[in-house]
Order: sequence, then C-alpha cells, then structure tokens
Amino acid sequence: MNAREAAGGSTFLGLPTSPRGVGHLRGDEPFPVAARRALADAQLRRNLGRATTTIRAKRARVVAELPDWEELREAGSAIKAQTMANLDGYLTQLEAEFTARGGTVHWARDAVEANQIVTGLVRDTGATEVVKVKSILTDEIGLNDALAAAGIDAVETDLAELIVQLGHDRPSHILVPAIHKNRAEIRDIFLREMAGVDPGLTDEPAALAEAARLFLRRKFLSATVGISGANFAVAETGTLCVVESEGNGRMCLTLPRTLITVMGIEKVVPAWADLGVFLQLLPRSSTGERMNPYTSMWTGVTPGDGPQDVHLVLLDNGRTAALADPAGRAALHCIRCSACLNVCPVYERTGGHAYGSVYPGPIGAILSPMLTGIEDNASLPYASTLCGACYEVCPVKIDIPSILVHLRARHVEEARHAARAPDPEAAVMAAAAWTMSSPARYAAAQAGGRIGRLFVRHGTIRRLPPPLSRWTRARDAPVPPAQTFRQWWRREHQDPR
Amino acid sequence: MRVALFVTCLADTLFPQAGRATVALLERLGHRVEFPPDQTCCGQMHVNTGYQREALPLIRRFAETFDGYEAIVIPSGSCTGSVRHQHAMVARRLGDDDLARRAEEVAARTFELTQFLTDVLGLDDVGAYYPHRVTYHPTCHSLRLLQVGDRPLRLLRNVAGIDLVELPDAQACCGFGGTFAVKNADVSTAMLADKMRNVLSTGAEVCTAGDSSCLMHIGGGLSRLSAGTQTVHLAEILASTRAGR
Repeated sequence: MNAREAAGGSTFLGLPTSPRGVGHLRGDEPFPVAARRALADAQLRRNLGRATTTIRAKRARVVAELPDWEELREAGSAIKAQTMANLDGYLTQLEAEFTARGGTVHWARDAVEANQIVTGLVRDTGATEVVKVKSILTDEIGLNDALAAAGIDAVETDLAELIVQLGHDRPSHILVPAIHKNRAEIRDIFLREMAGVDPGLTDEPAALAEAARLFLRRKFLSATVGISGANFAVAETGTLCVVESEGNGRMCLTLPRTLITVMGIEKVVPAWADLGVFLQLLPRSSTGERMNPYTSMWTGVTPGDGPQDVHLVLLDNGRTAALADPAGRAALHCIRCSACLNVCPVYERTGGHAYGSVYPGPIGAILSPMLTGIEDNASLPYASTLCGACYEVCPVKIDIPSILVHLRARHVEEARHAARAPDPEAAVMAAAAWTMSSPARYAAAQAGGRIGRLFVRHGTIRRLPPPLSRWTRARDAPVPPAQTFRQWWRREHQDPR
Repeated sequence: MRVALFVTCLADTLFPQAGRATVALLERLGHRVEFPPDQTCCGQMHVNTGYQREALPLIRRFAETFDGYEAIVIPSGSCTGSVRHQHAMVARRLGDDDLARRAEEVAARTFELTQFLTDVLGLDDVGAYYPHRVTYHPTCHSLRLLQVGDRPLRLLRNVAGIDLVELPDAQACCGFGGTFAVKNADVSTAMLADKMRNVLSTGAEVCTAGDSSCLMHIGGGLSRLSAGTQTVHLAEILASTRAGR
C-alpha cells in the first residue's frame, strides 16, 4: 500500500470519533431494513410526498429570482473551505472575542463532555426546567436525556420539536422535524400529551399553533435558563447567530437569565460580512423564503438587557476526524438547510427515521458515518442512487455524490484492512475486475452469461437465483441476446481476431 | 475524424442493438467507426460500490485502448460520466498520478452520443424517421453529471414521424443506481413504481433514454407488468430511417 492509499483509508483512525452509547447518530438497524418498514407506511409516504413537493417548489421559485445565485453558492463554498483550512485560528479568535464581551467558552471533546458541561451549568443555577431553541446538535449529543437524568426538564419550544417531544418520537428532518406527521396526527398528540389543552381542539393549523402558543408562553415566562444551538458564530466579533421562523427561539434567547449555546466547531465564520452570503443562501434553500422571519444575534452580555450569564460550548464529537479526510471534509461545510433532503428521491420515500441518525438524507448519509466512523453507519453511504439532485441544490456546493463514493471506498478498504472473512460481494467484485481486465476472459464470460437464456420462460426472465432474485422480485431481467455486440462486429467487419 | 466506439459492457453483453444502432447512425452520417476489441468495462460499478482498487486496471485499460483516437463515443451517460468524472479521480486517490494525467487526456476526447452529435458534429437533425409515440427519460448522469441539457430532446424533436410526449416529473431518478437496485431493492422498486406511473400516464408506446442500464430497470418493471410500453435506446430511434423500416 502506498502513501496515497493510506491517506484514503486509515489516517483518520487516530482521531476520535463520536463515542458510542450517547446521543443519536446511530440507528439500531441497517438502512435497507429500516427503509423497508418506512416504505410500507402509506400515511408516512403521503405526508412526506406532499411536504417535500411543496418545499421543493417554493425553493425553486425563490432561487430562480436571484441572478447571482451561482455566484452566491461559489462564495459560500469558498468561505467554508477557507474557514476549514484555518479552523484552529478562527476558533481561538472566537473564544477570545466571546470572552472579551463577557461570555464564557467551554471546549467539549465529545457528546459526553458537552452533556456534562451543560448539565453542570444548569445545576449551578438551581433550575429544574430549561427552554430550548430548536437545535439538531443538542439532539446529536442526546442533551435532553442527559438533563433528564440530572432531574432537569428540557422543554422544546420550536413547534415541530415540541410535537416530536410530546409524541415521544424522533425528529425525521433537519428543518421540519415533524414532517412525517400530518395535522390530524398532531392534534391527537396535543390532546393526549399537552397539559391544559382545550379538549375541543381542531386540526386547523391556526388552532394547533394557538394551543402550542398558550402552552409555551407559560414556559417562556417562568424559565431561567435557555439552551440553543447556533447557525453561525462570527470569529472577528464573537457574535452568535440563530435563524428561525417562529420567534419562539428569540423568546428563549432573550427572556432567561442564563443562556447556554452548544455549537459544532464547524459553524464558525471568519467575518461579519460573511453572514451577508449565508443569510441569503440559507432561508431560500431551507424554507423557500427570501428571508427568514427571525434572525437573532448576540454578542456577549449587555448589562441590564437579556441574559446576564452567557456560555458557549464548542463541540468536536468527530468533527476533527472528518476534517482530517481531504476527500470528505466538505461535509463540514453544511449549513443545515435541508434542501438536499427535500430533493432526494430516497429520502422522499423513506423519511428520516430510516437513516437512524439525527442527520438524515443525503447530507446525513455522508456526515453521520464521518462523525461516528464508517463501521457504525456502514449502510448509509449506499443509501443513494448517486442521482446528483442533492449536489445540484446544495447552497455551499457540497459534492455529496462524490463523497458518498469516497466513503464507500473507505468502507471497503477498512473492511479489507480489518481482514475480516472475505464477503461474497468482495469476491464477486474481484472476480468481475479480473474478468474485465482481459478481453479474452471477458468474451468467455459473455459466452458463459448466455447461460441466462436457460432462465427464459415465454420470452422473459421472471426469476433468477439469489442475490439477483432481489432484481427479479419486481422486474424482469433482460434476456441475453443470441449474439453479443462484439460477435456481431467481428462477423460484420471480418476482423481476423 | 478517427472515431472509436466504446460500446459499454452492458450494451455489448445484453443490449447489442444499442451498439449496432450507434454504429449505423454514425456511419450514415459519414463517419468511419472503429471498435477497438481490447475494450471491456469502464469500471463504474466497481467505483460506485467502493472497489476502487479493483477498478484501477479497468481505468488503465480504457486509457490505453482509446489512446490516439480523436473522439470516443459512448451510448451511455453514466459510463461517459465515469470516464469524465471518476477515472482520473480514482487514479489520483490511489497514487497513480501518471495514469490520472492520461485518463484526463482521454476523458477530454470522450463524448456521450448526444453530446457528440450536437457539440462535435454540430447536428440537431440526424435525418431519422420513427413513427411512434415516444417519451424521453433524462437519466441522472447525463442530466446532472454531464449536463447534456436539452440536447437529446433537440435531436428527438427533429425525428420525422415521431409523436414526442413530455414525461411528467422527468428529472426524477428511476431508482436504478447500479448495485443500489440490489442493495436497496425496496427503495429502488418504490422509485421505479413512480417512474412507471409517469411513463404510462403519457400513453407512449416507447420510453427512451441514453442509458441501457436505466432502460433495463424501467423496461424490466414495465415488462413485469405487461404494460405494453417498450424501452428503446435513444440511438435506436436516431438510427431508424424510412428506408430501413
């Protein structure tokens, strides 16, 4: 093995990935198994089909309005690449600026450390209930579970996150965590789980929103601690930024005395001006809006106004390991818009739960295995036809199909290095490569392939032995022709060979 | 112009009519076509399934076999995509920079059939005749990897006698995805169901595309349903003439 091959296979092994047993980056079963169950859920298929079709159309409409959309994507991609190349410097700059403005910075190696830090901070305030801004990262690390274990109730205040929490469910979409539920199902959850709800609640969206508003208002007014993630952190000013649609996030960011923000280290941007690029890219890509309704930014502590005790937890949890992979590190450029989920034909049919991770869809299929190590999410890089729809819409131009192909290669290489028993697929691939490496062997195999004609019944092939039976379960197989192309060519052109 | 045909292993073995049509079409347009017999497979299946080391000899074979031709024509968007976008990348990743350079040189002279007809030969009308109701499925790799745009449709619109009908939700993937069709057979089938629904809604006799692989998938599904709609490679339609019928 040469140096390049090593770079493509094993150098990352030295860097820690997200630990097992904590958080929600790993599913209980491989994607194809979970997907089969999801495919059988007609209600889910209908909910997803309707929701993704609507968001897709909205996004396409507002993106088409901008003549410089491609230039914006280029800028977003370039800023992220430049940031990742100098991530250490920007993070220490962010720490210095955030601290200088009265905040406290904490560094967390992984989910366990981050949960300990946040739990300790909440305990110090004496609070037994916290209000939360929608944050996938806190779900990545399983923060609510850790808080609950410490006797602290975490109340989700994003409407969709609240639906998921009350339904004892899991988010299935980055932006729309309850995309798998329709309004009738949401009403049932509210009636069953929401304390003090009007028993005559209808499934009108306005009525559902009002019920949530009444429920949450009480929480906002009593909470002393707020917990958030962050969409961006500006290194040059120490400013944190959260974008949202409902305004519930702003309640959490302004009313409590203590504000704790947990952020992945990849979310830093160098300069204030960079927000000018991302705040155009993000809302159009995610909700299909020109601008999101609420953009909250805070820079340290302002005496007498807003939270007086402000913390920032910077989390690695496998991100440095992802950064160490030159062919995969662009996965860290993601700004969590979820445009790739909405256009993905696989996601549209299976929904997010099948992916097992809080990061589903195309971006999840590359990000999750990079954070956990591939062996823990080995089926995800294969959960794609490589159709390329994700790359086409990504606002920061992450070449997801190429990274999927790269991760498949890493998976095969790591399995090979681990010297496990040779699996049938590897044997088939090796045999096929050996055959295709010689025109003579290839022609002989073609002749042998005509054995397939033995399976022909009434002019078609309806059944083949395993593993090709997985093809013929739903599709006929092509009947091998009496004459291959090269046989025809040779006869036609009297090629002496 | 010295034009070489890379017929693809799939067309060679299972769909030779697509290869024969490509030859007939190019010869009718006045070009001498060569078929270098040392060609085998582009290695796409290996690369896309994670077996890059196994693909390397196939990438080398392609670069060696097609060295010296002015144009290499492939009746497949995904195999052309593999040559153009994967060969050099895989060679470089596995440390063979010399092969990567040669792969790039060959890739620059490699064209998907409709790209060759429109961009290299400058043709939108190839003088074909095909009196059937046809719908066109733009395969993902021709559409998004090669960016062929409306080139295939321009060629089809100029076919005499054709009744070309638009495929609803045309740009959605058919669900083939190479080994995806077997590894994730259930999702693949669900995607195929929607593609077939859209194809059948057009009332077309023929569903065409520039990739034998996607057509094998769609055609296999339609055949299983005895749906009465055939799949035919784009090259066969463009090769079809009044005289030849």
